[in-house]
Amino acid sequence: MYEIIEGFLEAARLIVTLDPDVMAIAARSIIVSFTATISATLIAVPLGTTINFGTFRGKKSLINLIQTLYALPTVVVGLLIFLLISRVGPFGSLRLLFTPTAMIIAQTVLILPIMTGLTISALSGVDPVIRDTLYSLGATRLQFLTNIMKEARFAILAAVAVGFGRAISEVGAAILVGGNIMASSFMSSTRVLTTAISLETSMGNIPQSIALGIVLLVIALGVNLAITTVQHR
Amino acid sequence: MIELVNVSKRFGDTAVLGGVTGRIERGEIFAIMGPSGVGKSTLLRLIGLLDTPTGGEIRIGGTDIHAKNGQSLRIRRMMGMVFQKPAVFNSTVSENIAVGLRFRGASEAVIRKKTEDALEVVGLSGYGERRARTLSGGEMQRVALARAMVIEPEILLMDEPTANLDPVSVEMIEELARRINRDLGTTIVLSTHDMYQGQRLAHRISVLMNGGFAQVGTPREVFTLPASRDVARFIGIENIIRGVVTAGGNGTSAIDVGGTLVRARSPFGEGEAVCLCIRSEDMRIVPAVGGKAVLSGNSLPGTVASIVPRGPFSKVTVDCGFLLSSVLSWKAVDALGIREGSRVVVSFAAESVHVVRAAQG
Repeated sequence: MYEIIEGFLEAARLIVTLDPDVMAIAARSIIVSFTATISATLIAVPLGTTINFGTFRGKKSLINLIQTLYALPTVVVGLLIFLLISRVGPFGSLRLLFTPTAMIIAQTVLILPIMTGLTISALSGVDPVIRDTLYSLGATRLQFLTNIMKEARFAILAAVAVGFGRAISEVGAAILVGGNIMASSFMSSTRVLTTAISLETSMGNIPQSIALGIVLLVIALGVNLAITTVQHR
Repeated sequence: MIELVNVSKRFGDTAVLGGVTGRIERGEIFAIMGPSGVGKSTLLRLIGLLDTPTGGEIRIGGTDIHAKNGQSLRIRRMMGMVFQKPAVFNSTVSENIAVGLRFRGASEAVIRKKTEDALEVVGLSGYGERRARTLSGGEMQRVALARAMVIEPEILLMDEPTANLDPVSVEMIEELARRINRDLGTTIVLSTHDMYQGQRLAHRISVLMNGGFAQVGTPREVFTLPASRDVARFIGIENIIRGVVTAGGNGTSAIDVGGTLVRARSPFGEGEAVCLCIRSEDMRIVPAVGGKAVLSGNSLPGTVASIVPRGPFSKVTVDCGFLLSSVLSWKAVDALGIREGSRVVVSFAAESVHVVRAAQG
């Protein structure tokens, strides 16, 4: 019990004094997951829009498949990307393994299904009368799509937030393709909050783990607050 | 202007429209009336290019609007539409009204001018910067009308635009529709299940029934000379009685209704099965003794079967071998001293009886 309390006190000290190690890891986490979220958004939103407004055979099955992939295990994504970029893999020559780029790719793949699925939900949730109204006001296809997205913007934003949350909190893929390396330069290191927590805990550095855990929670909370504020404006 | 040629629409196994044929003239207010679920909205959606017909053609200015000839956007931009459910975009009132103008690439100055004018016309001046979603249903519907109006469509489609609104908003929307039609010369096609709205607004009314137009005519024609039993029932004629013509000629007929003869004006000949449509308002009830019968008319003795209050009136139903209803003021009921079981005489003029062929419905 005493150890836990001490852990929290030490964690508070690390955060309040902006401990350089903790801050570097937190910053790297945000950069990696934020980049992955942006990449996934750039793919998921157009993809979700195409699926939602497209008419093709197997549309329902495709949406079912996407929804099933919401629960994609992070280590499976990690393994998949590992196999693709490891030295013997098809993209081995790019030498991506154990780089932040590899983590970004893995996290992008990981959150793509849920972001695509939630984009589809967001768009299909727009009142059909709104769709009819846009059409009746003489929208071209492009005007129609941009305006529907505008109507669904808050729900799409929520999809982005969910994606970011899943990316920054996953550990399986990050550790497999990142390797939890603490190198001398900031951008060649791959230690992020989750992998660091896992390592520090296994080494018995409980205060360090607690501090990193709190930082992770604060980031998640901050993102949610920001989104809620925008949605209620 | 708009020609409907045998337009049909099926949804899966359900045939909603089964060959609608008609013509809507430039500059008129044309009402599509009919009971709920009869396909009024479907027909408007087909005209508005929101859906494609299963069969037939809809032509505007001679062009088949559903033909794949790259004209779709041009034709769509000739029309504006207001829907039954008030729906606004999640932005300000001004931005809502501007959407159609933005689609057409109008300049900011034009957009500002037209939006402000439109706000004034629909009585929402000063509402421009409000969030449209915070408005009441009636206000939203006025925004929707303003939004459709600013693009100056040649044809304005209104799908039950007042179905969910309070009476004050209904009156405003109706007045706006009249103004748009009168001042801008916009052709308005309006669907409604409210027969009085059709009567108030429309130059011509069509009654959509069983997948097609059962009747098209001026409000006066439709309300006084319904083309069939179903139309008569829809426009609120309470006495619709089956009978057989026993003697015809010279425009007057004697019609046998279960052994009782009723005199009526009708073009039908002997032996034809018909329906008599008689408005309650045209029916008089007099005491069985000493009452003054209608000259050259019908005086049928009977027994009061029921007296049911209806607002400031009472609906008095008399059994004359068949049931006939009349509407009397409470005072008149008191003055006559009638109650259920009273012996009375129902009288009505031959001219008050509108006769339709029974086979028509």
